Amino acid sequence: MMRALFAAALLAPLVLLAPLAQAADSCLTCHGAMDGELQAPATAFANDVHKRRGFSCADCHGGDPASDDPETAMSKAHGFRGRIARTAVPQLCARCHSDASLIGRYKPQQRVDQYAEYQTSVHGKRLATGDQAVANCADCHGAHGIREVRDPLSPVHPLRLPETCARCHANPAHMAKYKLPTNQFAEYRTSVHWEALSQRGDLSAPSCASCHGNHGATPPRVSSVAAVCGSCHSVMEDLYNKSPHQPVFSGMREGACVICHGNHAVRRPSPAMLAGPGAVCSQCHDAESAGGKTAAQTAALIGKLDAAVRRSDEILARAARSGMEVSEAVLEQQEGRGDAVKARVAVHAFSLAAVQKPAEAGLAIAARTYAAGEAALEERGRRRLGLVVSLLAIAITIAGLWLALRAVERRQAADAAPAARS
Amino acid sequence: MLSSESGPPGRTRAARLRAWLDERLGLTGVRQFLAHKTVAVHSGTPWYYFGGITLFLFAIQVLTGILLLLYYRPTAAEAYESVQFIVTRVRFGWLIRSIHSWSANLMIFTAFVHMFSVVFLRAYRRPREVTWLSGIALLGLALAFGFSGYLLPWNTISYFATKVGTDMAASVPWVGPALARFLRGGNDVSGATLTRFFGFHVAVLPGITTVVLLVHLALVQRFGISSPPWVERRSAASRLPVPQMPFFPNFFLRELMAWYAALGALGCLAALFPWELGDKADPFSSAPAGIRPEWYFLAPFYTLKLLPSRIWFVEGELIGLAGFGLLAVFWVLLPFWAADGRGGERTRLVTGAGVVLIAYLATFSLLGYLR
Amino acid sequence: MNRERRSFIGWLLGGGLAASLGSFLYPVLRFVNPPEVPEAAVNEVVAGKVQDLKPNSGRIVKFGSRPVLLIRTIQDEWKAFSAVCTHLNCTVQYREDSRQIWCACHNGYYDLSGMVVSGPPPRPLEGYLVHVRGDEVVIARRT
Repeated sequence: MMRALFAAALLAPLVLLAPLAQAADSCLTCHGAMDGELQAPATAFANDVHKRRGFSCADCHGGDPASDDPETAMSKAHGFRGRIARTAVPQLCARCHSDASLIGRYKPQQRVDQYAEYQTSVHGKRLATGDQAVANCADCHGAHGIREVRDPLSPVHPLRLPETCARCHANPAHMAKYKLPTNQFAEYRTSVHWEALSQRGDLSAPSCASCHGNHGATPPRVSSVAAVCGSCHSVMEDLYNKSPHQPVFSGMREGACVICHGNHAVRRPSPAMLAGPGAVCSQCHDAESAGGKTAAQTAALIGKLDAAVRRSDEILARAARSGMEVSEAVLEQQEGRGDAVKARVAVHAFSLAAVQKPAEAGLAIAARTYAAGEAALEERGRRRLGLVVSLLAIAITIAGLWLALRAVERRQAADAAPAARS
Repeated sequence: MLSSESGPPGRTRAARLRAWLDERLGLTGVRQFLAHKTVAVHSGTPWYYFGGITLFLFAIQVLTGILLLLYYRPTAAEAYESVQFIVTRVRFGWLIRSIHSWSANLMIFTAFVHMFSVVFLRAYRRPREVTWLSGIALLGLALAFGFSGYLLPWNTISYFATKVGTDMAASVPWVGPALARFLRGGNDVSGATLTRFFGFHVAVLPGITTVVLLVHLALVQRFGISSPPWVERRSAASRLPVPQMPFFPNFFLRELMAWYAALGALGCLAALFPWELGDKADPFSSAPAGIRPEWYFLAPFYTLKLLPSRIWFVEGELIGLAGFGLLAVFWVLLPFWAADGRGGERTRLVTGAGVVLIAYLATFSLLGYLR
Repeated sequence: MNRERRSFIGWLLGGGLAASLGSFLYPVLRFVNPPEVPEAAVNEVVAGKVQDLKPNSGRIVKFGSRPVLLIRTIQDEWKAFSAVCTHLNCTVQYREDSRQIWCACHNGYYDLSGMVVSGPPPRPLEGYLVHVRGDEVVIARRT
């Protein structure tokens, strides 16, 4: 009952004063004229998405924004709440953000289950027990200068999300009492996913929320790691699930993909993971075992393919630099590179036969493009030879012309001399 | 026909053939003219070859151009691919194409050398003023050939260079926008521009050039090759005639050597520095950084870049274009203001103007290339 | 000047002229002779016979030097798209089960208009025109 009244008291200004809130908001006027901590929210609110939609301070904090008198504006009678307690923030946001019909008036496709999700998360559960040190809505989204997720300045924009999570999760002092590691952010920054996100601008690349969830943030359970990675890397997941590793790893504590690739520091895979010092396979398989042999052979095959593609690239580059036209061979190289990718994907079947198919195709292409590069360089040689031949012919002609000219001039001088003498 | 009726018995077959042609083509007059045509011999004689070299290079352009026409397709969809086809698939296509591109640049260079040698050897003096005018017209036509031909491969560089060039045309006051629309075949550089430039390059310009070239050559034959004033003065003072060499065979043999040397140079350039194909033009992509026109347009291009956007109350670019216009008019009328009306020459003024122009063109072209 | 010298010069000049003219004429003659593949740009490719592809299936066809995915839909319509995924250039394929175009590399999906349905691809697939001439399927570039 009280809550309903309370809600009505707070919603009333929303409905009645919303148009006026734009025109006369004493909260912003007074607080904007103050300084320090009291001014900051007013300045930040200028960029807030709620302000743009016509909401005001009073919609969250209560009070009467139409009144200039601080006593009235911030009176409990008008529902003023003052500073919102950390443990009360999610409920406050959910007042609107879980109301489908309300949100539907502004952004019909926006989800309204964030609060429900939050309550299932580790953050939500701990906050409910009174733990003030876990994240609430405002910690990630901001409190006063809230921007849309797709705004690059928003703390939860894909490019900024990792550092937002890291604010707590990379802080040893903060995480000490939870006994959680704090190296995830540093590790993630070395990963190929962060590289895709930050350097290639591929906003579909995963960051913290992609695997752990955002509102329902929970570490993926051991059995579902392959499924989480497989949501993008589906072919690897399929191959892995049919491979001999799946039943073995499912009985182990750590999840499938993580065992070889790590969870946060996911690096670009290379044949060095298969064989050689520091190889992942050798952590379980002896070099003499069947598994060890397969690993070594696979590594050799992929290494061979990589080397062949690189050789072709080099010769084509050399031919192109000396002016030969090799664009078609260069395009075919793209297919060869695609085969190299397929070979690496096929590794996840953990059988040599699976890798051999794409590797052989790739090697055939590399052989063809290398031959094309060789032919181009040979052609270049032939052209230079032709040039030398024609230059020779030209030089001989010029020599002949020169001699003929000299003969003519000598004759003309001889003809003129007797005439001069006579 | 070639029986003994045409002359005394024992005449060689060649002589009989010559007599037969003579009777039907009137070659005797031509032969006599050639036999008496002479060229003055003095320190400046080597410069005389450059006119002939330019003509030779133009002939190369016509020949290689016709060969390229056998395979080139002048539409936006196919132009680039057809040039790629010529360079990769057609036998010796790379050679013909590279020679065409290199010879174009060489020809414009030798045309400039020829023009400046005429200035410094004072070959523009009366009665050769119209020869000078026709020569300037030929230079303009050569630049038009270069500009129109540059677009034809339809690669990124040529597309954006044409965009920049026609933008410059559009900023001419009054007629600019109409002129640009005429050149582009529309408001932007597009396939219509390509077709239009192709028409200019293979039909309109060759037609006009043929006429002007014939006028130029006829006038050169009519008045002979001039001697510079100091050579004439020297001969008048010493009362000895200016030493001459017969045009045929002496000068001709030397000219032929120069032409062969030019061929050798072209062969080396085509084989060692083949002309690039580039990437196909994509009108929707942004211009690559550092886009600039071909070297012979670099000096005015760089000058316009340097000018501030406003001088007084007039747009900087307008001042630049006006400046170029004035320079062009000034230069075209050179024979007229070089003569001081009393039969003498403003030699120092002409030499000074020539040196300044060369310095300006060389410096600004270099700067335009480096920046 | 003696006759021997004159004939030497004659031979030199004649030989040089002949050789040089030959070295100019040879490339020109070979140039005007058309090459085996007489046409430049690939604007059209015959992709095969109608019977070769069953409804609700797809095949990769070479279009010039690029791969094109030819699809015969379950409603017996012919469609063709560039087979190069717009995400990281892997080659896409047709999936009969979901009747969509799928990229195996990172699970990108495109619908049968080439538009991105899900996954990381940032742009749609370029479309090609397909005609059926008699019993031949012809893929053509969209101009």
